[in-house]
Amino acid sequence: MTPQEVLAKSDSLRRSIGDDFRDRTVASLYEQSQDIACRAVRARGDARWDFDQRIDRIVTSRVLGLPIMLALLAVAFWLTIIGANYPSQWLAAALFSIENAAAGWFEAAGAPWWVTGFLWHGVWRGLAWVVSVMLPPMAIFFPLFTILEDLGYLPRVAFNLDWLFRRAGAHGKQSLSMAMGFGCNAAGVISTRVIDSPRERLIAILTNNFVPCNGRFPTLIMLSIVFVGAAFSPALASIAAAGAVVTVVLIGSAFTLFVSWLLARTVLKGEASAFTLELPPYRRPSILRILYTSLIDRTAFVLFRAMMTAAPAGAVIWILGNIHAGGQSLAAHVSAFLNPFGHALGLDGVILLAYIIAIPANEIVVPTMLMVYMGTGMMTEMSSFDQLRTLLVDQHGWTLLTAVCLMLFSLLHNPCATTIWTIWKETRSAKWTLMGALMPLGFAFLTTFLVASIARFLA
Amino acid sequence: MGINLAKYDHLVALAGNPNTGKSSIFNALTGLRQHVGNWPGKTVTRAEGGFSFGGHNYKLVDLPGTYSLLSASHDEEISRNFILFGRPDCTIVVMDATALERNLNLALQVLEITDKVVICVNLIDEARRKGLEVDARSLSRDLGVPAVATSARSREGFHDLLATVAGVIGGQISTKPLRPKVDPAVERALDELAPMIEELAPGVPNARWLAFRLLDGDHRVRQALLSGELAELVARQAAPAEAANPLIALQGAQ
Repeated sequence: MTPQEVLAKSDSLRRSIGDDFRDRTVASLYEQSQDIACRAVRARGDARWDFDQRIDRIVTSRVLGLPIMLALLAVAFWLTIIGANYPSQWLAAALFSIENAAAGWFEAAGAPWWVTGFLWHGVWRGLAWVVSVMLPPMAIFFPLFTILEDLGYLPRVAFNLDWLFRRAGAHGKQSLSMAMGFGCNAAGVISTRVIDSPRERLIAILTNNFVPCNGRFPTLIMLSIVFVGAAFSPALASIAAAGAVVTVVLIGSAFTLFVSWLLARTVLKGEASAFTLELPPYRRPSILRILYTSLIDRTAFVLFRAMMTAAPAGAVIWILGNIHAGGQSLAAHVSAFLNPFGHALGLDGVILLAYIIAIPANEIVVPTMLMVYMGTGMMTEMSSFDQLRTLLVDQHGWTLLTAVCLMLFSLLHNPCATTIWTIWKETRSAKWTLMGALMPLGFAFLTTFLVASIARFLA
Repeated sequence: MGINLAKYDHLVALAGNPNTGKSSIFNALTGLRQHVGNWPGKTVTRAEGGFSFGGHNYKLVDLPGTYSLLSASHDEEISRNFILFGRPDCTIVVMDATALERNLNLALQVLEITDKVVICVNLIDEARRKGLEVDARSLSRDLGVPAVATSARSREGFHDLLATVAGVIGGQISTKPLRPKVDPAVERALDELAPMIEELAPGVPNARWLAFRLLDGDHRVRQALLSGELAELVARQAAPAEAANPLIALQGAQ
């Protein structure tokens, strides 16, 4: 009798008693627990507990669970979109006026043009863009998300999504690390620590990038407003835009599940492990704690990181835009070189260049793009979405296909430098880090290439 | 502390969900006669301590707080391996009286592994405050093992608990733990598989439970079987002097 024989026997026996054996076992365990507890405990009525149970029956029901979740997500995006617009404009106006004033003083003081340009039109403008584009949406989205977290809703999300992840051969708690990924993929990768099994944890780490992080939301939201929202009447524009963002999130989730499934069938083989998820009682959120967690722990943290990476990127952009060779800026040369490749993906050379420069931080993709388009040699402020539309569609030939491919590319492409670094720190494996960086990029190229080719073929 | 933990008459394990006051009970029973051991493999600390009761010396091992023994989490594995291979003379399952139903899952799973179990319904004072009356006798009747209500804070029920543990170990109290009802097909499968496991690792405690886990597709049990670790563990635990050897962690790196 060898171990292999015993295992083979057990496998064949397992097949003969049916696939749902495990579920039945666990179900009967719970049934028994309920019976025994019922007999042993006499309650003098706890109304609060009953109330929780009633809410849970709706929120985690098979039929309503997922729609409720998507509706909550949509509302959060919608509030973010309608709420962030004006503060963004105010911030931009304030910060860019500082830039102009400071540049003026520098000139008056006789500083060389390249010092003024590098510092104020390069580094400062990079920072100003990131702060004005990112701060308002974050300051709205993160508190909303934290409210849901504080209420005790997130464990219910994990509960609702568990069966999907189990089907994919991954861990149900992966939905929690995904939820963190909306804030920041690096934070999402760290939060996979709640998953005990190393195999399932790796799957969660490698696929976290497929949820759009906060740095990518501005790109997605902007494209949704300019290309989707503009197609609707002003009254419906913000709702349509929110719907488009939710669609992108759904596509990202589909990719997460598909890639998890693929990994669980190939390089990370194995069965999903069971886990006990406690659904804590609903609590009234504490305002102070929400403000602290969402504004200090999350918003300030992400913003600081973005600023740290945006400053040098702003400098690089300024240099590329201001060093000329053969009558053209370096930025123009590189984007011309990348153009055929970009075209195959439904994009163009400028967009690819922006993504390469933005590897340290996804949030500067749009400003970089606009800078190269406008050829002004510095990142640009774009106060109204109409102007933006004119620039992209009329002057640079963007179509709906460009917008769709850009949204897909933004959703799928490689994680930012911080996330890659975090993957390395969490896995301590060059192989998995490389995989975590290149696999999404491969999927991004493949998907946009297919979408562009099919769209062009049909047209 | 001058206490030789290696010299004891009986080995008792303390299992339970997180936040059931398990550690309070452990501290209350052992006082200063404890130390924190480092387990091989991962840095998981477990606490061991000793106490005397009725002229006998007991060694008490505080297992990690877990919700179940079914999944592959490291903590759960430590707990179940200790209960299975550590061969404690008695296992105390600490339960939160205010959340009995959830806590019962673990209790039922422990009962599948070992007969020598005492249920400790802790936080009974808190339950009373919440308007819950927990009937330990009903619990005891259903589970087939003794159940004692305690409150770690006021040390209510401690003497009862220890007397019951001593009774179970001494055989004055007999236990007949509730085992899950399985359908005939599964029963037949277990009848076929359990003897095979016994043949592979002679003297293995509760081959039937291992067979059940194997049917369930438990990775760690599979690996332990494949790598021969199972037989090794059985051999190691068979030596009585080694009964409390902390080498329990079945490493199942994937």
